[in-house]
Amino acid sequence: MTDLFTLDFSRISQADFARVGGKCASLGEMTQAGVAVPPGFAVTTDAYQAMLAHHDMRAEIERHLAGVDPFDIDQVDRAAQAIRIRIRSHKLPPAVETAIRTAYAQMGADMPVAVRSSATAEDLPDASFAGQQDTYLWVRGADQVVEKVRDCWASLYTTRAVAYREKNRIPHIDVLMSVGVQKMVNARAAGVVMSIDPVNGDQTKIVIDASWGLGEMVVSGVVTPDNFTVEKVLMEITNRKISDKHVELVGDAVRGEAVEREVPEDRRRIQCLSDAEVVAVAALAKRLERQNKCPQDVEWAIDADLPEGENLLALQSRPETIWSQKKAETPKKTYATGIMGIVGTLNSALTVKR
Amino acid sequence: MDAKTPMFPSAFDVKAPKGAEGWESLYPYYTRFQPSRRAEDDAKFWFCNSQHWPNPLRPFDVIFLDFAIKCLGQYNSRHLLVPPANGIDYRILNGFVYFSPVAVAPENIEARIPQFLDRAGHYFGNWNDLYANWKKKVLAMIAELDAISFTDLPDVVPVEWVKGGVGLDNTNALFEAYDKAIELSYKIWQYHFEFLNLGYAAYLDFFGFVKSQFPTIPDQAIAKMVQGVDSELFRPDDEIKKLARLAVELGVDGALMSGTVDEALAAVGKAPNGQKWLTAWKQAQDPWFNFTSGNGFYSTDKYWIDHLDIPLGYLRDYIPRAKAGEQIERPTERLLTERDRITSEYRDMMDEEAQAVFDGKLGLARTVFPYVEDHNFYIEHWALGVFWRKMRELSKLLQGADFWAEEDGMFFLHRNEVRDVLWDYAASWAIGTPNVGSAVWPEEVSRRRALVKALASQPPLPALNEPPEVITEPFTIMLWGITSDAIDRWTGKGDDGAGLKGMAAAPGAVEGIARVLRSPDQLGELQKGEILVTPVTAPSWAPVFGKIAAAVTDIGGMMSHAAIVCREYGLPAVTGTGTATAKIKTGMRLRVDGNTGTVTILE
Repeated sequence: MTDLFTLDFSRISQADFARVGGKCASLGEMTQAGVAVPPGFAVTTDAYQAMLAHHDMRAEIERHLAGVDPFDIDQVDRAAQAIRIRIRSHKLPPAVETAIRTAYAQMGADMPVAVRSSATAEDLPDASFAGQQDTYLWVRGADQVVEKVRDCWASLYTTRAVAYREKNRIPHIDVLMSVGVQKMVNARAAGVVMSIDPVNGDQTKIVIDASWGLGEMVVSGVVTPDNFTVEKVLMEITNRKISDKHVELVGDAVRGEAVEREVPEDRRRIQCLSDAEVVAVAALAKRLERQNKCPQDVEWAIDADLPEGENLLALQSRPETIWSQKKAETPKKTYATGIMGIVGTLNSALTVKR
Repeated sequence: MDAKTPMFPSAFDVKAPKGAEGWESLYPYYTRFQPSRRAEDDAKFWFCNSQHWPNPLRPFDVIFLDFAIKCLGQYNSRHLLVPPANGIDYRILNGFVYFSPVAVAPENIEARIPQFLDRAGHYFGNWNDLYANWKKKVLAMIAELDAISFTDLPDVVPVEWVKGGVGLDNTNALFEAYDKAIELSYKIWQYHFEFLNLGYAAYLDFFGFVKSQFPTIPDQAIAKMVQGVDSELFRPDDEIKKLARLAVELGVDGALMSGTVDEALAAVGKAPNGQKWLTAWKQAQDPWFNFTSGNGFYSTDKYWIDHLDIPLGYLRDYIPRAKAGEQIERPTERLLTERDRITSEYRDMMDEEAQAVFDGKLGLARTVFPYVEDHNFYIEHWALGVFWRKMRELSKLLQGADFWAEEDGMFFLHRNEVRDVLWDYAASWAIGTPNVGSAVWPEEVSRRRALVKALASQPPLPALNEPPEVITEPFTIMLWGITSDAIDRWTGKGDDGAGLKGMAAAPGAVEGIARVLRSPDQLGELQKGEILVTPVTAPSWAPVFGKIAAAVTDIGGMMSHAAIVCREYGLPAVTGTGTATAKIKTGMRLRVDGNTGTVTILE
């Protein structure tokens, strides 16, 4: 099997980043750095391009979008919808389909997986747009996987994405899409960790949001998660807020999807991670910050099927953008040194206001 | 009219505990709140220093309150001219000690700065040389103190003196010995503060700088960057551990495990390698068993060297652990690595300019810190231990002359009253009559003993009068953890019933069973894995820290002994809770969170 259309996370090299998209590149990097990541593979942008070429989709897409007024949302919507239908209705080129089926089969028979779009660097820079691209959880069976890959491709042509590119004069055809297929985590609890305090940019703190089940409930804000602050150097929990976590997203193997359900009363208000797990999540964020040399925003999950101590998995890591950029703006301070510093301290530093 | 009532009562409205009426007669006039100065004293805020004086003072014990506070003050006010701070005023109320820091008037601060720069600058610039010289001075003084002896007056003056034309008698030596002991201890207290205030100032400067860089950094993290691993304060405990290992190695451990000290040592002596162990045991004692289970400020302090059952008890804890293959030694290598890791991780988060400043301040803090830690061994443990031993000899000698019925009787007299007793002893000896004191002091000592006992029945008020808007005195904050938060804790603000707030002094969180200990004599009750709850700890309790799961104290700040030792042992500690020993009972289940400074009573 060649690495042209699919590429195992463990084989993604720096040279491949452009053809696997940001999300898969980060998964590849983490896998190779020895971070525990659910196994999987990327469907490369070559596969996407092969699909476009195979059906001569480029011309078709251009035809649909020709003359569309980007400020007329109805027009954009009609064109985008037509393109999505076209992408979904075509069979994949046989070589691409075979590559996906083979890679999927290697993960194990009927392995439940998550299928996520992984946008390339040329794509929408607005981080919040990433969420517009699709994620399918608890997908099972090769047919389903192939279909969801196609759905991810189609998600490049949502109305909003199309309008954005039209307005910013980004050629649609230049924007490529990779798709990640990753072993589904049977998440007992999951969430997000930032290796910086997102409220005030305090770089000595690691802040964790965690809730029961899959992390999507935390990311989307459906539940109020448990919130932990961990001191980054001492790696001690310095603050915790335990919330009422009323719903969770869990895998339904029979229906082949993730379903939302009520959290039973006895689990709602209890801490969803042990203290050791909180510290492990913080350590993961700290490690990824070091590897990437900037504060990170990491999605993670605790896998119910793995033994304690090995059950923490990283699902995604990306640079924190807000405070990392602000940092340069902090005003320059002057410091008193030597004995003048001591005089200054004695005279003022420890004034404690009542 | 200002209708605001002060947060704490006036000293003049505080009643004596039942049975302690008339306690004022125990202490000199200058230590008491005098009604004729009520306006001045009521205008000041006083906090109880129960960290250093957790129990009511016996009259003799006023000596080190006098010396310590006078000497602390002289360095701030007269030697170094610390710009904003003079000394700390002190009073005794119901047997307990109250402090009130004396600030320099704002308009006078500026003028003190040049002198401070010159004087303190000299110390900072020549720290290591001056400190080496300090050790020499102190060791010489300890040797002098050690050479003092008190002997009964003989029936007759030695005939050689008579024939040699000496023309004097044995009373001179007695007076001189006493005066010299007092004078040496006074000098030792001056040395105690020669470097201490500066050491704290440099530490506070580093502390303040790191806080300005990382406002939320835990205080304990800053302490960890500075704290050493080879403080002399750890040596006594280390020696016991070495002796435990040696006992196992030489096969004399069994002999040590039972019987009284004499029985155990005799059993070791009979064992094949016993003499070798006994030599090591003897060697470790000088100076390392000059180690008190208290803090050196009380005549009741028990020093290991005088109570070998204490170190033997610790030895008996360590031996089975050493045999079980446990690592009983402090992991100094790991502690140093950890200190370096913590330091460099925070440093990495600073910009380049701040890093350079950080390096400078950290360097100075680390230079001064060994003194901050080690002086305690040289002064409180070693020198004062020798002093108390000499004073006990004298008390026993005077007991033999019927001044009091018990061997500790002298400690119920003020040091100047003892001088009168010596005169009485000398004069009656010379005149050839019974001394007057034997008809006066036995009854008076009993009366005073009963008063001190009655004073101990009532815990002290944490503070008097109205706290200031701001607390600025750096030593007050550093040493006693007196911050606005602490004052709120004393008044019960922010107290939610099931929990106690204190200082987050050493990281970690655990649950366990409480063991409330009010005195070092109870240390034997402590079971492995329990949470130690106590008014205050002392360095010599180090061996028990290997047994406990966490420590909670009523008194103490970031740099209190419990905090330092817990950080060293990796145990959670919450210090300065104010009321832990009152609210917690032995056997209660607790959660101690040393990261947030909270203690929760679970059941």
